[in-house]
Amino acid sequence: MSWGSPQAFFAMGGYALYVWGSYAVAAACILVELWLLRRRRRTLARALSRRNEDRGLDHAPRQT
Amino acid sequence: MRLKVWRYASPPAFYRLAGKLVPWFLALAAMLAAAGLYIGLFVAPTDFQQGESYRIIFIHVPAAWMSMFIYVVMAFWCAMGLVFNTRLSFMMALALAPTGAMFTFIALWSGALWGKPTWGTWWVWDARLTSELILLFLYIGFLSLHAAIDDARRADRAAALLALVGVINVPIIYFSVQWWSTLHQGASVSLARAPTMAATMLVGMLIMSLAAWMYAIGASLMRVRTIILERESNADWVREQEAAL
Amino acid sequence: MTSLGLTPVFAAVVRRDLTLALRRRSDVLTTFFFFIIVVSLFPLGVGPQSNTLRIIAPGVMWVAALLASMLALVRLFASDFDDGTLEQLALSPQPLVLLVVAKVLAHWLVTGLPLVLVAPLLGLQFDLPAPALEVMTLALLLGTPCLSLIGAIGAALTLGVRGAGGLLALLVLPLYVPVLIFGAGAVSATLGGMSANGHLSVLGACLLIAVVLGPWAAAAAVRIALE
Repeated sequence: MSWGSPQAFFAMGGYALYVWGSYAVAAACILVELWLLRRRRRTLARALSRRNEDRGLDHAPRQT
Repeated sequence: MRLKVWRYASPPAFYRLAGKLVPWFLALAAMLAAAGLYIGLFVAPTDFQQGESYRIIFIHVPAAWMSMFIYVVMAFWCAMGLVFNTRLSFMMALALAPTGAMFTFIALWSGALWGKPTWGTWWVWDARLTSELILLFLYIGFLSLHAAIDDARRADRAAALLALVGVINVPIIYFSVQWWSTLHQGASVSLARAPTMAATMLVGMLIMSLAAWMYAIGASLMRVRTIILERESNADWVREQEAAL
Repeated sequence: MTSLGLTPVFAAVVRRDLTLALRRRSDVLTTFFFFIIVVSLFPLGVGPQSNTLRIIAPGVMWVAALLASMLALVRLFASDFDDGTLEQLALSPQPLVLLVVAKVLAHWLVTGLPLVLVAPLLGLQFDLPAPALEVMTLALLLGTPCLSLIGAIGAALTLGVRGAGGLLALLVLPLYVPVLIFGAGAVSATLGGMSANGHLSVLGACLLIAVVLGPWAAAAAVRIALE
């Protein structure tokens, strides 16, 4: 498959809106999911460390 | 060997294992996606009927397959949880649901964008698209039911039962919708063009599906690790992990 | 302690639920009038041309039946759950599955059966010919018990949950889709001059599956809610 030029590639034979619309939304969904996962983890980390501070447990635990 | 595997039914052991596996799965997903996109956008030829618009299948079909596959896997973990009463099984099911819903949404969105140039309308009441829509409702129902019940154990078990009822119904719903759509529109309206596909198109689709699968495993392992920490937050081992977070 | 046979207990539960439902007549009548009003609103929205009305009639009446049966479902187990009766039923020596069937039967008798009986009259509003009216009634007769049986699962899963009504609709409406498709399809086929036997057979099959699997799942959901 040889595209004549970069412009031809981005034009997708006139279907640019549909093809790139699909690819872009798929990429966006994945990025959003990964971002939401990181944010959830960070919120949890903050909540846990705050709770451990409140309980006076913010020193490193003994090695078992 | 069997005894060793059961070790991973313990949340801290599984947490550590999943933590080691996540980067591998995401890396695999990225590499497979790169290969799949290369084949889909630079190797596969132009379709003589649909022009370049058919290239949406490299997104639509993997997303649709994953949306259905994830639901089945989710239902499997729900069944495991109900039978063996292992809370990690329920957590795994809960971790899979949002990723499955995301793939369902991508399948619907790309399906609509495929339908417009091909059939002229933004929404095609094709059997597969309509079933995808109902599948999205099933995912949302699962997550909503779980979120609405305060007690975690009851929420797990109720949502698990709902997932099992759903998985039994999905084939019934699919066949009734398929029957309905052929009756009203004739068999010509179908977004599946498997018989006329060139080999490169098929290879591209399969590689993208594998990429989606690896990503799904990676993302849900990431999510289940966070769920484990949330649920087991009172345990000693979580406190040790907190420094690493 | 004499152990009661299954049939007397079954009949007792049905009778009790019927008595309670008839005392709180508002529940029964709300469902009934909701169905009538929703069905009657459509001609106002769509226009009075008989041709249009006849085409939309099967879908409209079935969707209205779905929505009407949703209204009453929340209360299927809720009041017994609140006052502890449901727990007693679960602890009794009789199988919970059977008692669930009894409750669903009573529920259908007061909410589903009235819809079946009034359907022919409403069908006349849509200028449906006699064969279509017959098929509509028969389809509703086969379908509304399915709605009650499937809905019971949702009702049990959402017991005591905030916003149970809306959540119940979200959970149960996707599961209703096959009943809707074949129920409305039966009437549409009759309007098109074709036989509705295929559709009605599938509806009958749906009913059989619902009777066998539904109460079992609903009983499991009740036990989960009672834990």
